[in-house]
Amino acid sequence: MSTKRQLINEQGIRTDGRGVDDLRPIKITLGYLTHANGSVLYEQGKNKILAAVFGPSEVHPKHTELPDRAILRVRYRMAPFSTEERKSPAPTRREIELSMVIRNALESVVLTELFPRTVIDIFVEVLQADAGTRVAGVTAAALALADAGIPMRGITAGCAVGKADGKIVCDLNDIEDKEGEADMPVAYIPTLNKISLLQMDGLMTQEEFKQALSKAINSAMKVYQLQVNALKTKYIKREEVKK
Amino acid sequence: MSITREKPVVSKILQKEMLELLSNGVRIDKRKLDEYRKISYQTGIIEKADGSALLSLGETMVLVGVKVELGQPFGDTPDQGVLVVNAELLPLASQTFEPGPPDERAIALARYVDRSIRESNMVDLKSLVIVPGKVCYVVYVDVYVLDYGGNLIDASVLAAAKALENTKIRKYEVDENGKLTETENVENLKLNDFPISVTFGIINNKYFVDPNLEEEQTCDTFLTFTYTQTGNICAVMKNEQGLISPAQVIEMMELGWKKAKEISSLMLGGQKGNDQENIGNAGS
Repeated sequence: MSTKRQLINEQGIRTDGRGVDDLRPIKITLGYLTHANGSVLYEQGKNKILAAVFGPSEVHPKHTELPDRAILRVRYRMAPFSTEERKSPAPTRREIELSMVIRNALESVVLTELFPRTVIDIFVEVLQADAGTRVAGVTAAALALADAGIPMRGITAGCAVGKADGKIVCDLNDIEDKEGEADMPVAYIPTLNKISLLQMDGLMTQEEFKQALSKAINSAMKVYQLQVNALKTKYIKREEVKK
Repeated sequence: MSITREKPVVSKILQKEMLELLSNGVRIDKRKLDEYRKISYQTGIIEKADGSALLSLGETMVLVGVKVELGQPFGDTPDQGVLVVNAELLPLASQTFEPGPPDERAIALARYVDRSIRESNMVDLKSLVIVPGKVCYVVYVDVYVLDYGGNLIDASVLAAAKALENTKIRKYEVDENGKLTETENVENLKLNDFPISVTFGIINNKYFVDPNLEEEQTCDTFLTFTYTQTGNICAVMKNEQGLISPAQVIEMMELGWKKAKEISSLMLGGQKGNDQENIGNAGS
């Protein structure tokens, strides 16, 4: 803590060689699992996040079903080996909060009213964590939902922005997340121009917050392009096989 | 697992009335869109706690008790004391709160109060170390929701901050062998800031501050900002389902700071006289 390392050098280059607006490399592997209705392995830097979707299916226990819509069940969990120090497999308060935050982000885009009295299960398993896992989790969940063919109002793209060495930077890495001054995860639906997840902790001026929000949206647009490409590629492949 | 909860039933007539009034800039309880309910508080009402505050915000009532104990600093922060925030939604506060360990709503509330206090640097954690890496003060902040009338976040953040301001810690002497002896001296907790949170409810793309219970049950979504005394933002949280446009987020951030300044002068205003008589009111 006392030896504060430099996060951005004089040329504006970050510890991992990126500029302030650059995202980490993203790799999307759709349909990674065989048994889930939809799945994806989403890699962003060292983040490895596996998302899977089951349903819409019958609800157990029955009393949790709703007569006018599908319910969503979301589980966000980090593997014990995903972090520097082993994480206990018991659910932490953080995981309980993030499961809720991810569910809230997806509730308003999934067309749940088309599937009354059913449940859609969404699992987000963080296999390796490298900062920004909740927004990577939302991004992955949106892809898995699309892969499962569940109708949505739009594709949700997430990206975290933050503040390191007094500058607003996109897509924080682990060091910037731990030693930087602020972290702000944002999930955005480009086709609707709406935000579905917004959190921030750290210290920012109001001017910086404005800048951070617009950078978050720009970053989410980049993520969105990759999501659309991945979905189109898989869809086209299927079409070719059918012929 | 986080599971979709059934939305509370709000009568269609009430909902329609609410939306009609809102489009004219009025609310069902006759408040303006940027008007808070009355805020009042009392501090030091739990004598056995090291600090406490009972705060009411309209019909919402929150009691926060602070206990300070000795403990060990975390390995990665040997030069800092420890802050622990917990929240309980007591079943007597609302029929929708169930007995049992804190659910996701209580956990999210506690974590937001924690972030507001921690990221504003309100509590000077460095001043809580007695022997670096070995002994420090552990400050437990327990948020007890007594009556749920909407906007728990603002009530809890303000009550927690007020309780911390009221907290006294016992001083210890350390001899050359590192042995601790309790002294008779009692000091106030060293504080650097006073965080103020401002929550917006959003229905049909219209936003207003401090949603009451009926508004909260009808809202699409919520957005909370916590400001430091200098106007920096130290925590933000969007709650519940629903979507917000980026332009409105910025509008709310700006309006929120105006409201935070008003609340701040009320919260920090009545510092004279007997703590127990210390009751403030917010009209605006």
